[in-house]
Amino acid sequence: MNFQQSYLYWLAGLVLIVVAIMSWRDKANPRRLTTGLFWGVYGVLFLLGDWTYALFADAVDGKRTVNIAVGGAVVLLALIAGFGGVRLGSYSQRTPEQRQESATRLGNRLFLPALAIPVVTVIGVLLFNNVPGMQTALFGPGNHSTLVTLFSMTVGTLIGLAMAVKMTHEKIHQPLQEARRLLDSIGWAFILPQILATLGLLFTAAGVGSGISYLTQEYLAVDSRFIASLVYAVGMALLTMVMGNAFAAFPIVTAGIGIPILVMQHGGNPAVMAAIGMFSGYCGTLMTPMAANFNIVPAALLELPDKNAVIKAQVPTGVLLLITNVFLLYFLMFL
Amino acid sequence: MEQAISLWPLMGIAVIVAGFLLRFNPVLVVIAAGIVTGLAAHMPIVTILEKLGEGFLNTRNLPFILLIPLAVIGLLERHGLKERAQAWIAKIHSATAGRLLIVYLFVREATAALGLTSLGGHPQMVRPLLAPMAEGAAEKNYGELPGAVRYRLRAMSAATDNVGLFFGEDIFVAFGAIIFMHNFMLESGGIQTEPLHIALWGIPTALCAFVIHGCRLWRLDRHLDRELNKINVAAAKGGK
Repeated sequence: MNFQQSYLYWLAGLVLIVVAIMSWRDKANPRRLTTGLFWGVYGVLFLLGDWTYALFADAVDGKRTVNIAVGGAVVLLALIAGFGGVRLGSYSQRTPEQRQESATRLGNRLFLPALAIPVVTVIGVLLFNNVPGMQTALFGPGNHSTLVTLFSMTVGTLIGLAMAVKMTHEKIHQPLQEARRLLDSIGWAFILPQILATLGLLFTAAGVGSGISYLTQEYLAVDSRFIASLVYAVGMALLTMVMGNAFAAFPIVTAGIGIPILVMQHGGNPAVMAAIGMFSGYCGTLMTPMAANFNIVPAALLELPDKNAVIKAQVPTGVLLLITNVFLLYFLMFL
Repeated sequence: MEQAISLWPLMGIAVIVAGFLLRFNPVLVVIAAGIVTGLAAHMPIVTILEKLGEGFLNTRNLPFILLIPLAVIGLLERHGLKERAQAWIAKIHSATAGRLLIVYLFVREATAALGLTSLGGHPQMVRPLLAPMAEGAAEKNYGELPGAVRYRLRAMSAATDNVGLFFGEDIFVAFGAIIFMHNFMLESGGIQTEPLHIALWGIPTALCAFVIHGCRLWRLDRHLDRELNKINVAAAKGGK
C-alpha cells in the first residue's frame, strides 16, 4: 500500500470542514452561513478522489458525472466568494500586550517552528531525490515530484505544529482557530489561483492558443531582427499577463513567432530564445492579477487594503527587466 | 481555406480584460470568462462544468500549499512571532528595510537557482518573518510608521520573494520549465537544444533581475529616509 496524494488532501479537507463548523458557530461574523458554506464545500471537494469515482463506477460515465457535479460546486463557490459571502468573524485574539509578553518570554525559540516548515521541506525533497529507492518505497513506481514536495511540506508543518503547541501550551483547537482567522482574511483570493489554472485548461480545450498563433502569423510581418526580438519578448510578457502563466504563453508565442521567424528565418540560437523568452513571460507574471497566487493572494495574506499593491510594487522591476530582455535577446541570440 | 480557425474563443480574453478594467470581483470575472470561452467554442454547458470540475480537482495542490502552514503560523503569531521578529532585527544596528530585502533577494534567488524553491514563500516566510522584519527595521530607524509606508514595505517584501523565486528557479537545469521548453521545441519544430544551454542562457537575465530589483530596494531606503524624516521633523516642530 503506497502513500497517496489523496491522503494529504483528506487532511486539508478535514481542516477546512472544522473551519466551516467553527464559522457557523461564530456569531460575530455577519455572513457566518455563507462563510461556513464556502469552507465546508471546499473541504468536501478535497475529500473527493478515486473512491468517489469507484462509487459511481456502475453508472455510465461515472467519472464524468462526478466532474460535472464538482463543476457545479465550483460555480457555487465562485458565486459565494465573488459576491462577498466570505467575511471576517471573531477569533478570541490576544491583546498586543499579551503578545509582547510572550514574545519576550519565548524569545528566539518562536522562530524555530516557523523555520521548521521550509527547512524540513527542503531536507525532505533532497532526501527523496537523492536516496535511491526512497521514493519508490513510499510512493510506488513513477515520477512523484509534486507529491514529494507536498508530503515533505506536510511533515514539516506537523513537526512545526508539534513544537509550537508544546511551547505555547495551547489546546489543539487553537491552531485550527488561527488557521480560520488567516483563511477568512485571505477570503475570496483563496479560490482564485485554482479557478485561474482551470481557466487555462478551458482556454486550451477551446482553441484559444491556435487562434492567437493564427493572428500573429497572419498579421505580424517581422522582417527586422530587432523588431522580431521585440515582438517575441513583449508578446511573451503580454500573453502571460492575459493567461496568468508563462507556461501557457510559451507554446503559443514560440510556435507563432519564435520558431518560424527568430530561428528559421533569422537563424537565431533556440536555447537563447527559449531561456530569455520564458523570462520575458515571467516579467509579465510580475505585472498581472491573473497570476493570483503570486500577486493577489499575498496582498490578501499581508492584509493590504489595495489588492493590487504587490503588482504595483513589481511593475517597475517587470518593465525594466523586460526592456533588458529585448536587448539581451537581440545581442545574445545571433552571437 | 474552409477549415478556418475560429476566433470566437478569444472572447474569453476580452471578458477578462474588460472585467479587470471595470474592477469586478476577479473570481466572478474568471468564471464568466471560462463560461463565455466554452460557449464560444460551442461546448454544451454540461461539458463546461465537466472541464471546470476536472481542472479544479487536478489543481488542488495550489490551495493545499497555501492552507497547510496557516495553523502553525497563526499560532506563533498569537504568541508574538511578529513582535519577536521586529525586536530581533532592531538589535542589528546596520539593518535597514532595503538592506534586509537585498540580502533576502540574494538568498532567495541563489537557493532557487540550486533547486531549493521551497525555502521561501508567502504564507511560510513573507507573512510571519520577512514583512515584520522589514517593518521592524524601518521602525527602529524612524519610529512609528504611517500606514501607507507599512503597506508599501509589506508589498515590497512579497515582490522581493517573487522576483527572487522566478529568476532563480529557471536557471536550475532540473526545473520543469527547462524540460518543458526543450520538449516543446523538439516536438513542435524538430529543434534540438541542450537543456543545460537553456539554463545557462538564462543567467544574464537572472543577474540583471538581481541588479534591477536590488537597485530599487537600495533606493527604497533613500526614499524612506526622505519621506519619514520629513514627517518626523514636521511632528517635532508641531511640538506637544
